[in-house]
Formats: sequence, structure tokens, C-alpha cells
Amino acid sequence: MDTVKQFDLARLRVRDLNQYLHHELPGSGIERVEILNPDGNHSIAVGLDCDVAVDILGHAGYFIAGMNKLAAVTVHGNVGWSVAENIMSGSVRVKGHASESAGASGHGGLVVIEGDASSRCGISMKGCDIVVGGSVGHFSAFMAQAGTLVVCGDAGPNLGDSLYEATIYVRGRIHSLGADAREEEMQSADLERVSGLLAASGIDCDSREFKRVASARSLYHWNAEAHQEY
Amino acid sequence: MTKPIHREESASLDRRAMRYIREAAECGLYEIRGMGAKRAVPSFDDLVFLTASASRYPLEGYREKCISRTVLGTRYAKKPVVLEIPITIAGMSFGSLSANVKEALGRAATEVGTSTTTGDGGMTPEERQSSKTLVYQCLPSRYGFNPDDLRKADAIEMVIGQGAKPGGGGMLLGQKVSPRVAKMRTLPEGIDQRSACRHPDWTGPDDLKIKLEELREITDWQVPIYVKLGATRVREDVKLAVKAGADVVVIDGMQGGTAATQQVFIENTGIPTLAALPLAMEALEDMNVVGEVQLIISGGIRTGADVAKALALGADAVSIGQGVLVALGCNHDSYFENGRDVDATQDYAKLGTAPGFCHHCHTGQCPVGITTQDSILERRLTPEVGARRLKNYLQVLNMELTTLARACGKSNVHHLEREDLVALTVEAAAMARVPLAGTSWIPGKL
Ligand code: SF4
Repeated sequence: MDTVKQFDLARLRVRDLNQYLHHELPGSGIERVEILNPDGNHSIAVGLDCDVAVDILGHAGYFIAGMNKLAAVTVHGNVGWSVAENIMSGSVRVKGHASESAGASGHGGLVVIEGDASSRCGISMKGCDIVVGGSVGHFSAFMAQAGTLVVCGDAGPNLGDSLYEATIYVRGRIHSLGADAREEEMQSADLERVSGLLAASGIDCDSREFKRVASARSLYHWNAEAHQEY
Repeated sequence: MTKPIHREESASLDRRAMRYIREAAECGLYEIRGMGAKRAVPSFDDLVFLTASASRYPLEGYREKCISRTVLGTRYAKKPVVLEIPITIAGMSFGSLSANVKEALGRAATEVGTSTTTGDGGMTPEERQSSKTLVYQCLPSRYGFNPDDLRKADAIEMVIGQGAKPGGGGMLLGQKVSPRVAKMRTLPEGIDQRSACRHPDWTGPDDLKIKLEELREITDWQVPIYVKLGATRVREDVKLAVKAGADVVVIDGMQGGTAATQQVFIENTGIPTLAALPLAMEALEDMNVVGEVQLIISGGIRTGADVAKALALGADAVSIGQGVLVALGCNHDSYFENGRDVDATQDYAKLGTAPGFCHHCHTGQCPVGITTQDSILERRLTPEVGARRLKNYLQVLNMELTTLARACGKSNVHHLEREDLVALTVEAAAMARVPLAGTSWIPGKL
């Protein structure tokens, strides 16, 4: 039996594709779905909930692989805003660059951007891991709650603003840190964590070259002197 | 002769303003509180119905049939929401409310055939199980937001703002961030949790359109998507929501409640519900989508008369938050535990307030067990007692609504119309676009 299925978005609607991925694919024995002519379409392969490889062969638009569970989605091109938003598990890889809010609010799983990611990469993330081969734009990891953002290039202004418990590792230059974010010393656990994520991402860098950024936790109470008796 | 004591109070620097300045000078913190605006604003109270007489034919009191069935989300969804009454329960989070209360809301809503709504913090199994029709909110924080619950929802509400704090984001103070709440929100226990004021994955109306399409794709275009807005630039915002593809637009006026917001927001932002509703209707008319996109109005709806007036001005349904809390026992002087009424006035006093004046939801120390995560306080309102009270309240609202509709000669509450109303004040006439009582004058209309 053929375990690869092709879907041509020049002939079919994104809606037909997603309905197939949600309803016909699980349990069908198909292991890989190739999507031809994505042509900047939005919401391709969103809401997946099964262990399948999806290859998007070209550039794609907003919200690609949104809310992904279990699936391994690869975009062989660039993507627009909010790729892998709210990812729960599985993986999403972008071979090119990603626009704003990559991996926004992701709960789990791995997001790999081989090129650069624009601003707000990892905003509000809640436990997923994001590895960016290039640089990230301003306000990346804004209000990030849990998980890890690894940036192999540089980070733009206000990195980690209002950070909670997520950790950021940056190899290049940090333009500026946001409110309550601070640079901390790399420990052996950090080196291990970064090495593991780089290996999982297939990106070749030395974890010893990274800086760690985490929350200073001074914003955890809006006024620490008020004894929480507002 | 004793000297007369001068007691001429300043209108601008009155006792209230002086108290505010003193408190600010004392503690250096702005006030955070719960509930809605306390200031007097033009409201549905300023309108009255012109019920039937010689020129109109009424229906018989509570006997003749008067339909209140309400269908929401007919524009794109395969499965619109069908309700028995046009009165829905507004989004209030687990975290802000106890799990018992969330369950009570679901039970009561199910019994009377209406919907309830999740809130910041996600969907609890208790509320999903107890609610026949559950609206799942997509908020900027995305706390607990996940595809499994999304697919369990009967409708999705994209929350852009709320009436008590349009543009203001939210807070859940550390006292209420219990282990369960913290886990649902992926945050450390006990911290003052901030809910973002902007969505993480879209910013403008063009992005919103694409975002709504993504949610529809994930849910296979099955369920309606509501877009909720705090009432500020209503005409423009409603048009943008319609353009973005909303099935239902929810407008929350400035009287809308909150669990914890800065007082400066509650009293000084947004416009009254009465003013917002006609603006929203005008926007729908301009876009030629009346009947295609439904309108829910909220913010200070308390009585069946309020519901009837909202429907007459064009709303398809209303949504209630604070009224629901009061029905459950909010601001009551006692609570019911172990088969008897127990006096709660001492607990109000501990918070520095008294029954009838409380707005201390933010403290987590609710004297009647509603807005709390404290395991002892929570017992003060069981799901059974809460559901019974709320069911009665919703039932009364619908009885009042249908009785007014019948008196206007309508066999369907959705047939109530603007011309059934007049205003008692010039302000209300101008805002509601109905004539001042006894005249044919609508201020601002040529
Ligand atoms: S009684 Fe409870 S629910 Fe009502 S205002 Fe006070 S704290 Fe809030």
C-alpha cells in the first residue's frame, strides 16, 4: 500500500485538505502527506491530531500547523505569521524564515525555524521548545510562561519582556532585554538543555556559546510591598 | 452666640474625591476591585414600553404563546446555537469563580435551555459536563486554551475586550492562583497573574479575519464564532468584526462587571450599554447583515425589562454576569450551609465592607463563597443551591420578558421593536434613538 498521499492546493481548497487530515487520514495507513502549491495559503494543516509527517512544499501563509498535536509538519519555504501557534505536541519545522509570533502560546512540542524569525517569536509560550537557526525580532518571548527559546543568531529589542518561567538562550548579540528579563550564568543543566535541543533540531552550534536569559521575577506581584492586600 | 459651622461641600472636591485622594496619598497604589461601574449613567431604566391599547392588540398575560427561542450563529456555522431563551450567561473564569459556581452556572443554564461561557483560564471538566451549550472563550492570555476543548465547544468567543476594562487586559491576584488554577494557566502558584491586553498571534482586523478562519478550519466550520468587544468605538469595531467574519457580535457596555480591575478603568472607560446598542445596530444595518450576524448585548442587564428593552432596540440576545452572581447570593447577608442560613456580615466586615456594598471579588475572600478558590469558603455555595437560585432568576427574567412582549402584542420576543419604546430623559432618547416620552422628538435626528 502507498503510504504517501499528495494534495495539490492549486486544485483543492485548504478546507478540503484540513477535513481530510482531521477525518480520513487517522487510521488510514498514510504516513506522509505532501502538500503541493501552498502558494501562501493560510491555515494549512491546522488542528492535526495524529502521528503523521506533513510536508508543505513551498511558501505558506499565516497560522500554518496551528494547534498541532502529534504530527511532524515541515514547511519547505517561508511562512507568514503565527506558525505553530498553540502547538501542543509533535513538531513543526520551517526550512526558510518565519514572520511574526512563531510558536505563539505553544504548550508543548518542538518548533524549529531554520532561518530567521520576526518579532514576538515565542510570545506567551506555555511549555513548547523553539529553536531558531537565525535571529529573532523585537519582543520575542514576551510574557513567555514556560518552555525554551533557543536563538542561534541575534535577538532584537526587549527580549523576554514580562517573562515568567520560560528560559531563553541566545548565541549572538542581544539588542536589549525587556522588563524583568535578566541575563544569568549558564549552568551545566543549561548546556545540556541547549545541546539536546540543538541536536533535536539538527542545528550545528556549540551550546557553550549561548547566554541564558530568565525572569528576575520582580513583576510577579504588581506591588511586592503591598503584602498582597490590595 | 456660637459661630455657625460652615458645611458647604465642594461639588468638585466632594467627600468622595477627598477620600480617594487621601487613600492614594496613604498607600501609593491605585484601587483594584471587582464588579462594574457604580456611577449613574443613562440606562434601560430610562426607557418605558408603549404597550398595547386601542391602536395595538395585546396578547393574553402569561397564557398565550410567546416564543423566546433564539438562534445564534447562522452566518457560517454548520451547527448554530439554539437556545430556549435569549438570556445567556457571560464568560467568567474558573479562578475568578469557584469550581462549584462554574458547575452551578452550567446546570442552571442547561435547565432553562441557555448557554454558559468559559473565561480566562480555560474550560473545566465540571462546566463542560454540566453545560449543554458551552461557549469557549479565546482570550489574549490563552491560558488553558487547547484544541481538545476547542473541539468540545458549542461556540467560540474571540474576546477582544470587555466593558469594564476595554483595552485593559486583566488580573487574577495571587490569593486566587491556587494549585489547580496555576496548573490550568501554566503559572507559578500565588503570583499576581496578568492577562494580556493584546492577542499573541494577531493584531489588526485583517489578521483577525485570518485567525477566525484558522479556528473555523480547526473545528471544521461546525460551530459559530462570536467576537466580543468592550463598548468604545462601537460602530467601527462592529463593522470590523463583521468584516472579519464574526457570526455573532457581543457588545459589553461600561456597566459590565469584572473580577479584578483598576477602579480607574471601571468608572472611566467605555460607553453605557444603552448608547452602545443602537450604534452596534447601525453598524449591522450599514453592513446589511441584520439577521445574518446576530448581536448579543451585555453590561448591566438585571431584569426582564432590561432584556425586553435590549431586544426591542435590536439585540438578538443578552448576556449577564453580575446579575447572575447576585442571584447566586453575591452581596447577600448570609449563606446557606449544612441546612441553615449562616450570617456572613462579620466576613464582609473583615474585608472592610458590608452586604450590599461589596465589590471585593479580587480578594478571593468572598463571604458567600462565589469568587473564591479557598476550600472552606467555597463550601458556602454548593452547585445544587447555586443552580436552583440561578434557574429561578433566569426563569423570572424570561417570564418578565414574555409578559412585556405579549403586552406589546408580540407572539415572539424577537418581534419587539424600537417603536415600542420611548425615553424618560433627553439623554436616553438621544442614546437609544427613541422619542422622548410625550413627544416625537429624538435628539440628534432631523
Ligand atoms: S459578595 Fe462575593 S461575589 Fe459579591 S462582590 Fe463580594 S466578593 Fe464579589
